[in-house]
Amino acid sequence: MTDRIMVDLLDDVFVSLGSDDSDLVILDADVASNWLIRFSEFFPDRYINLGMAELDAVATAAGMASAGKHVWLFSTAARLLGRGYDALRTAIAIPGLNVKMIVSHGGVSAGEDGAVAQMLEDLALTRSLPGVSVEVPSDCVSAEAILRRIAVMSGPAYVRLTGEPTEDLYDDSTVKDAINVSIPLVEGTGVTICACGIMVHESLKAAAILKQQDISAEVIDCHSVAPLPERSILGSVHRTGCCVVAEEHSSRGGLGEAVASMLCRLYPVSIRFVSVDDRPGQSGSPKELLEYYGLTYQQIVGAAVEAWTMRRR
Amino acid sequence: MSSSLEALAMSIRKDVVRMVGNARSGYVASALSVLDILVYLYERELDVDPKNPKARDRDRLIMGKGHGCPGLYAVLAHRGFFEREALWNFRRLGALLQGRPDGSRTPGVDVSSGAPGLALGIANGVALSMRMDGLKGRVFCVVGDGELQEGSLWESAMTSSHMALDSVTLVVDKNGDQMGGAVDSIKRLEPLEDKFRSFGWNVASTDGHDFSSLDAAFSSIRDKNGHPSVIIAKTMRGKGVSFFEEGRKKDSGLSRMETERALEELGNGDRDDR
Repeated sequence: MTDRIMVDLLDDVFVSLGSDDSDLVILDADVASNWLIRFSEFFPDRYINLGMAELDAVATAAGMASAGKHVWLFSTAARLLGRGYDALRTAIAIPGLNVKMIVSHGGVSAGEDGAVAQMLEDLALTRSLPGVSVEVPSDCVSAEAILRRIAVMSGPAYVRLTGEPTEDLYDDSTVKDAINVSIPLVEGTGVTICACGIMVHESLKAAAILKQQDISAEVIDCHSVAPLPERSILGSVHRTGCCVVAEEHSSRGGLGEAVASMLCRLYPVSIRFVSVDDRPGQSGSPKELLEYYGLTYQQIVGAAVEAWTMRRR
Repeated sequence: MSSSLEALAMSIRKDVVRMVGNARSGYVASALSVLDILVYLYERELDVDPKNPKARDRDRLIMGKGHGCPGLYAVLAHRGFFEREALWNFRRLGALLQGRPDGSRTPGVDVSSGAPGLALGIANGVALSMRMDGLKGRVFCVVGDGELQEGSLWESAMTSSHMALDSVTLVVDKNGDQMGGAVDSIKRLEPLEDKFRSFGWNVASTDGHDFSSLDAAFSSIRDKNGHPSVIIAKTMRGKGVSFFEEGRKKDSGLSRMETERALEELGNGDRDDR
């Protein structure tokens, strides 16, 4: 199986979604033109590049959505949230408008572009807005399924795509359940590993190593950071009594804190986090950066052993 | 025409004073500066129907100037979008009339707005969408002059022009004041007309408290030739109430005494539906 890049899916998916829905419009803050070549040829009136003006683009999206359009807004995480947050908050999240935000290169996968381009706090910013669905797909199959699912949901959503090639974890028969109810990718009774995005792949590698050490790990793809798949996580943690959360994000405010606050409230267990501590990113290849910031299966194995040792019995 | 609008505006002014006095919170000087503009728009320009406030082909008004919303609410109540009684719950918990315009709560409010600098972008979005759908409605966007210091407004001004959104009309309530003092002493806007012209806009200037002057300005931009239009309306903060006209800076709520005094100054003429 060759690895695929998520943004390469976008043209086919949106040509298909755009054919089914004549109210679908794409607004681009000058990042997506190369990903949507066929879409912009098929629907030239429904692909609008507003240039390097993210705040204007988000406000325009709000206006179009309030007039009944189904707006998909494309940018990068750092630019959309950094510059567009005011409009996102006041003009989209608070009124609950139907705007879907798609960003590429969340986390350190912006690689060589360096710290400014590497958004490590996007999940915290979007998750804390009322009523915004936050999705971080782990592979191309689930990315497509998630895009198609949020296309028929009303209300705001934020989807973070990785720029790194990913191996397919799902196929057409398995993806539906994974998306709808977050059933575990790997079942186990020793430790629950919740992960999103590329950290799901690392978690699967970690689970294989843990198995050799007689710890049976259950891996849950928490692609939906908000709302959290609470039932799936709780069901697992009831069996395992401990939890690890792995994310390509700051340790502050992301999936880790979301899972921790839910478990703290409903079923406190030993929990460990694999995420970026209080540091900005920097230049480097994505692979080097993932290792430098400790976002690897080795770290997950270590965290899982710690959590398992302290597990609730 | 002008004299009847003047009488109407005077009686709506009193409702603005009453609602802010009642709420003991809200921005009355800001609302009084934009009031005549709103009266003119709702009485003479906007094609809207209170019985069908969400009609797809209606004209829209996007209120960027959040502090001016008491004026908007009083005008909408007069047009019959909701009961005048709702004015007396302004800013209270659960009220129909929020401290910033809320499109999901208030009939006649087209979109939620009130964060400075964003309204023109929202107006462009509405206009783009209506153009795609072949709808004829026009989009009016009302902003304060201090708000023109927000960079996003100029991002959006480029968009209106580049996209040839001639259904968009921006109205600037140019009262010359912002929170910290005179606009031109804090960050100069002039030459404002030239700035808009250089961005590809039709420009008209007017006295924002004189209905025949407003009428002339709106008439002058009827022929748009693919360009968005801006009307720069010179206004006075707290128009009609002496302690604001004479320079009182504080604009948050009114005491009982101030409310009484303002109502007295605004005269005895009142609306029939009192």
